[in-house]
Amino acid sequence: MNEPVLGGMAHTAADRPLPLLRAGNTNCGGCGMSIALNMLSRAIAGRKVQMVIPACCGIVTAGPFPYSAYGAPVIAATFASAAAVATGLARVAESNSDPTRILCFAGDGGTYDIGLATISAAAERNEDILFVCYDNEIYGNTGGQRSSATPFGAFTTTTPGGKHAPKKDILAIMAAHRIPYAASVSMAHPEDMMRKFTRALDLQGFRFLHVLSPCPTGWKSEPSEGIELIRWAVESGLYPVLEVIDGHEWTIDVEPTFSDQALRTFLERQGRFTKSHVRSEDVRAAIDRVWLDLRARLGAGTATPRP
Amino acid sequence: MTMQLISANHASAAAATLAARANRKARGFCSGVYPITPQTECIEQLCAVEIEKGSVVRVESEHSAMAVCIGAALSGARTFTASSSNGLAYMAENVFTAGFFRLPVVMMAVNRTLGPPWNIWVDHGDTLMLRDSGWIQLYCEDNQEVHDSILLAFRLAEDERILLPVMVCQDAFVLSHTMMMTDIPDQATVDAFLPELNLPHRVTDKPRVVGGLDFPHQTEMHRKQQIDAMSRVIGLYGEAQNAFERHFGRRPPDPVVPYRMDDAELVIISMGTTASTARLAVDAARERGIRAGALRLRMFRPLPEPALREALAGKRRVAVIDRNSCPGLGGIVWGEVRGLADPGAVVQNYLVGLGGGDIRPEHIERILEDLAARRQAGEPLFMESGE
Repeated sequence: MNEPVLGGMAHTAADRPLPLLRAGNTNCGGCGMSIALNMLSRAIAGRKVQMVIPACCGIVTAGPFPYSAYGAPVIAATFASAAAVATGLARVAESNSDPTRILCFAGDGGTYDIGLATISAAAERNEDILFVCYDNEIYGNTGGQRSSATPFGAFTTTTPGGKHAPKKDILAIMAAHRIPYAASVSMAHPEDMMRKFTRALDLQGFRFLHVLSPCPTGWKSEPSEGIELIRWAVESGLYPVLEVIDGHEWTIDVEPTFSDQALRTFLERQGRFTKSHVRSEDVRAAIDRVWLDLRARLGAGTATPRP
Repeated sequence: MTMQLISANHASAAAATLAARANRKARGFCSGVYPITPQTECIEQLCAVEIEKGSVVRVESEHSAMAVCIGAALSGARTFTASSSNGLAYMAENVFTAGFFRLPVVMMAVNRTLGPPWNIWVDHGDTLMLRDSGWIQLYCEDNQEVHDSILLAFRLAEDERILLPVMVCQDAFVLSHTMMMTDIPDQATVDAFLPELNLPHRVTDKPRVVGGLDFPHQTEMHRKQQIDAMSRVIGLYGEAQNAFERHFGRRPPDPVVPYRMDDAELVIISMGTTASTARLAVDAARERGIRAGALRLRMFRPLPEPALREALAGKRRVAVIDRNSCPGLGGIVWGEVRGLADPGAVVQNYLVGLGGGDIRPEHIERILEDLAARRQAGEPLFMESGE
């Protein structure tokens, strides 16, 4: 496959004639959201879509009126409202037997924090919406403040000494709604990403995708290293890549090696962790707890998460 | 057409249902609803009816109720919701959004005191808080007017020359829970009165952004378009009244409703059901030889400035009754209309019936006495405490 990183410039016949993210957008170099959009564009292929984007970098991406960097119609929703605005679109589409797929594309602030009640309610009603959260673990637009998706130890402008609370487990929260499909997506594993986007687009009902999205500006990392950071996060066990069907059928899609080296490198290559002097030992215990819970959910019965 | 003994809540739901069904051949109807006293019976009723090509979404907050209406309206559907008091405060961000997006959402708002401390009775402070949200605001006096105003609201809101949301306001309990004989039209008549909605800026498959980034000069342009649309409402309102009268055989009230104003020396301005009481007080005063008159402000947004100026021309003493409070100013209605009276006229503010306190004819008679004795306007007066 061709390289989706190139700001939507590289295209094949398999792609949408109009890419979801057009060239000339103003996203930062190395922005994970650009990669997610390009992959999403490929998965959408010929489907008709309407997107709802709340306040987040993704709506700034669109550019100023009357232009749009998006190759699909977009409604800019108020911060907390993406899933509710999308509900209106989805209901009217359904009433009119209109096959248009309704997508929400939101950052972690609009998902984990201010948007959570709205998302929870739309999930509980099982609205026919695909909700994609690109999670850069920070309020990026406003200059890098902590959200409840910010991981333990990360420096942000509102956690100058590093964040004390751990990251919220959004996937477990969404899975607890017993929605048809909830999955975490690794952009270091493009085949995994493509399969999940396609599957989520095809299913009916409320679907939730969590995409850990490198943010060189907020993470104080090298733009060219974003994909590698995600790979280290997956390998170390820090970012579990999994999917949950109907809230109970849990599958690990990428088995980590739980490499301490990967974890150390992940932390060392980001200024947000070096600034607060977080060590891999501080993080490892939390990773272990997450995986113990996960193994229990999987019913594997193993008490030792690490090989 | 049937006559029904129903509350204004049920009269609202009946009007919304008729309007919803009238759009069945176009993009249908969709509503986000969330309960709050004293609006609950309206949305319960809406959840109990079958609407062809219609969907009523039971959401988790007022904020989302309006958001569902925004999404549905942008998808071309007719939209309605209802709320009140703190619900409107919680919804406020999306109330403004519907205004900025120029969406023809119609909302029934039951006027209730903002809390805490909690109080479920009538006060106009909740909807008046939203006066700058780009919504047309109508304040009603009885159940029939509430019902008719909702039908009229869709006609105004969806007019391509207007495209603004409309709030139809009614007094908590005094109307919302009080049953009155109400004339409910048949579906065919409503179908004929309400053309199918064809939103010019409906979201289709064209790649464009609704509500993205604006630079200052673009914001100014968008605000001007909104203000211009609002300015057209007064002129087009008469057209809508005529159409309503043609189809239903009765005429919705004017933006400003005068009562015995011709030779009036003392004028009482009020909104909502207080106007009924004001009329009684005017009659009683007239029997005592006092030349009193009353003005009901039915339309608060846009403010019917020319009609108010005309009605107040030559009047030297004007009492403005505010069932709301605006700390730092007095009452909101007074703040708006005092500049429309003749220069030198005494325009005195009275804060009456705050938090749902009864406004009885004797209150208004006391106001008339106070007004008649005044050489100049003073601080706003509270009628309960007498200060």
